[in-house]
Amino acid sequence: MYNSKYVISGLVIFLAVFSYPFWGNLASKDYNGPKLSLPADQKQCIEPVEFMRAEHMTLLNQWRDSALRDGKRVYVASNGATWEASLQKTCMSCHTNKAEFCDTCHLENAVEPYCWTCHVPPKGNE
Amino acid sequence: MKRSRRQFLKVASLSVAGLGAQLAAGGMTKAAAAVKPSYKEDALALKAKRWAMVIDTREFASKEDFDACINACNHAHNIPNIPGKSEIKWIWKDAYEHTFTETKNKYQSKEIEDREYFMLCNHCENPPCVRVCPTQATYKLENGIVAMDYHRCIGCRFCMAGCPFGARSFNFTDPRPYIKDINPKFPTRMIGVVEKCNFCVERLDEGKLPACVEAAPGKIHFGDLSDPESEVRKLLEENYTLRRKPALGTEPGVFYII
Repeated sequence: MYNSKYVISGLVIFLAVFSYPFWGNLASKDYNGPKLSLPADQKQCIEPVEFMRAEHMTLLNQWRDSALRDGKRVYVASNGATWEASLQKTCMSCHTNKAEFCDTCHLENAVEPYCWTCHVPPKGNE
Repeated sequence: MKRSRRQFLKVASLSVAGLGAQLAAGGMTKAAAAVKPSYKEDALALKAKRWAMVIDTREFASKEDFDACINACNHAHNIPNIPGKSEIKWIWKDAYEHTFTETKNKYQSKEIEDREYFMLCNHCENPPCVRVCPTQATYKLENGIVAMDYHRCIGCRFCMAGCPFGARSFNFTDPRPYIKDINPKFPTRMIGVVEKCNFCVERLDEGKLPACVEAAPGKIHFGDLSDPESEVRKLLEENYTLRRKPALGTEPGVFYII
């Protein structure tokens, strides 16, 4: 093999850099989700927390279509409780801190929902 | 160990069946745990087959009479106060010849010609704006209201070209800075969407009359046009009324007692 000294050392350096995400993460700490400020006076959201975490955007889309297109503005949750299908009147009445609830998680996940170009964040936030 | 072909197939098929059953059972419990949403109407909701408005124009004389309704609407719906050509209007007033463009006669009553008249979306039975909207952002509800879903509006302004009544406004700028006192119960709009009067569909759905009707008791009437016993039908029978541009055949739902 010609120039084996350079070729092999080059390969070793390439592999080290290429596999950095794998061995670099082995040394680092476990990932922890962002800490959200939850409403102090409420124990439970309208649906179980796992569902809300994964599906809140789908739920909000369904709320919008039901309220605007069908005029059905009352949401019957899986536990039978009823809620007004309104982001500003229902969600934001408990989650009064947009910056420490919505934004923290959205920033962490690098998503930029454009809810707030129209919907009004609660005043307690400003 | 020696195993016959028959023995091997027995064990293999049993284990596949067992695995399949486990997966199916797991899937079923998962499906049962999933949330089944259901929606219903508010028990207080006001209902009609065809909502209509009757405005008693004889009752509106002073600027204060008009402003009471306009301000009530502006606050309820977070309507910005933008000066100049980019203004946003849901309900506004204008002169006789601008309101009833086809009915201007010679030697008419000076009092009627000098009066000012409310203008707003007419919530037509055959709304041209709905026909031209390419995204179904504007649509007709079963109760006759021509509503909008601002989420879907792409700002093409076909509806503004289609509306013969000039009832639609376009947000040329971000409206937020022009709203003095934001109502936290209603959204604002964003730059690049069209907006208009929604007959207060959000208030009707929770059992309240429209904001302008509430602000002018006895002057603006609201009710079901399809119900012969309703207040609006009685008013239409007892008084002479006009509608804007009836020849176009859009069948407006706003009537003016002259």
